[in-house]
Amino acid sequence: MTDVAADTAEGRSRGADPRVRVPYALFVPAAIGVVFLILPIVGLLIRTPWHHLPSLISSPDVRTALRLSLETATAATAIAIVVGVPIAWVLARLDFRGRSLLRALITLPLVLPPVAGGIALLLAYGRRGVVGSEILKVFGVSLPFTTAAVVVAETFVAMPFLIVSVEGSLRGVDVRYDHAAATLGASRLFTFVHVTLPMLGPGIAAGAVLCWARALGEFGATITFAGSYPGTTQTMPLQVYLALQNNPDAAIALSLVLLVVSVAILAGLRDRWLRT
Amino acid sequence: MNRNASMVTTVIVTTVVVALGLAGCSSSAPSTAPSSAAPAASSSAAPASSAAAFATPSVSGTVVVFAASSLMATFTTLAANFEQAHPGVKVVPSYGGSDTLAAQITQGAPVDVFAAASTTTMGTVTKAGDGVGTPTVFAKNELEIAVSPSNPDHIASLADVTKSGVKLALCAATVPCGAAATKAFAAAKLTPHPVTLEQDVASVLTKVELGEVDAGIVYQTDVKSAGSKVAGVNFAEAASAINTYPIVVVKTGKNAVAGQEFVNYVASPAGQQILQAAGFQQP
Repeated sequence: MTDVAADTAEGRSRGADPRVRVPYALFVPAAIGVVFLILPIVGLLIRTPWHHLPSLISSPDVRTALRLSLETATAATAIAIVVGVPIAWVLARLDFRGRSLLRALITLPLVLPPVAGGIALLLAYGRRGVVGSEILKVFGVSLPFTTAAVVVAETFVAMPFLIVSVEGSLRGVDVRYDHAAATLGASRLFTFVHVTLPMLGPGIAAGAVLCWARALGEFGATITFAGSYPGTTQTMPLQVYLALQNNPDAAIALSLVLLVVSVAILAGLRDRWLRT
Repeated sequence: MNRNASMVTTVIVTTVVVALGLAGCSSSAPSTAPSSAAPAASSSAAPASSAAAFATPSVSGTVVVFAASSLMATFTTLAANFEQAHPGVKVVPSYGGSDTLAAQITQGAPVDVFAAASTTTMGTVTKAGDGVGTPTVFAKNELEIAVSPSNPDHIASLADVTKSGVKLALCAATVPCGAAATKAFAAAKLTPHPVTLEQDVASVLTKVELGEVDAGIVYQTDVKSAGSKVAGVNFAEAASAINTYPIVVVKTGKNAVAGQEFVNYVASPAGQQILQAAGFQQP
């Protein structure tokens, strides 16, 4: 089922229609845009201190930060899938009053500056926050400055990407499959798990990749809500920023590592799951 | 269709080649830029001192001032007073960790005046050849422990903040307040266990104000500026880690004349009065 959907998508994206008339004037702004987007990457590659690179990126600090980044981004994505897919289903399939408002509120972190998001998180889940103070009273734990806080910050910022992406895919999935399953006696949950979810696979994968990439690069909300301490909360982007202050070469090297890791994982996932 | 495809390929190839070409050019540009900018800046800086001595009202335009995070309150006042005394001049201050600001200046940020919280961070700028003349020390500042107003953990000494159960925020060691704190802890033969290493002193103070940490090592001036939101606890070892604040006119800016005038004002008795009222010590 997914393969058929993917194949048609691919066929379309290759522009197989020979009658397409190309408005060549579009190539000029498109080319300028492409140059604008790839130049910084080229700059990074040119200025990379290649001969120092092994020593710059093999330090235990870098490995610790990289591991922390990968772990927290993956955990944030997992949470986003578990919570976000049901949200997307509600937004796509249910018609109720206030749906637009709900969607706007849920996707607010997309447009909110991450630092503002970090402050908001502190005010909610911080030690004196609305919820955080109660948690401290009952369980005796506080969230800020822990690795869990990094995951929370990343989930807050990245989950909307998954929700938006999955909601879009859900709208493309014919609801008549659900009806057919119902007429054959499938329960509601069975239908969601065995009919809707499999067709949603590519959409969830695309959303998860976006979400993961956003979480991996998260900086503002993390440094505000989780602080910055090596091994606990200092992720790669925080370390890049710190390194930029006193060792620009290290910052460039770390940026390159982050770039390579992101590209490698995105490319790997794209070949396997994403055919768009 | 074939023609379209090849056209697209041509565009992509051209784009990449152009991008690489531009990048190639730009990589050689920075090496020539500072040397050509340097004489221009120093020649305009020369009349600056004479202008300061004789014709003060001749300054005009915008003065971009990069100042350490701990100077925010005083420099905002100093900038307003300077603007009042020099109609037509606009001071645009920007605050941050001294090391961040220094890095931005050495990367070519157009700045007229740099006021750092340590001689080390100032050294980054002067060693890169971005300063005009020698920096002047205009203030000193001592560390202090900032705690919640009621001091619930009964913190009375530097040793108290290293106790387990006390959440401590420090500046990162690359920032002057972090370097000074490291020195103070070393003098006291204590090992701190901070929960976070912040990018500037303002972030440490904020974490204390919000109650997210129990204690933070900041400057006396920060405690003073926070008013009733935090309480300060002095500690003996602070004397071994006193921070000096140097200021210098920077070459990367466009207004060295007004920049020098602003530096003179900061060092003047009027400027010093504002600094000392905020808790800074005499240089």
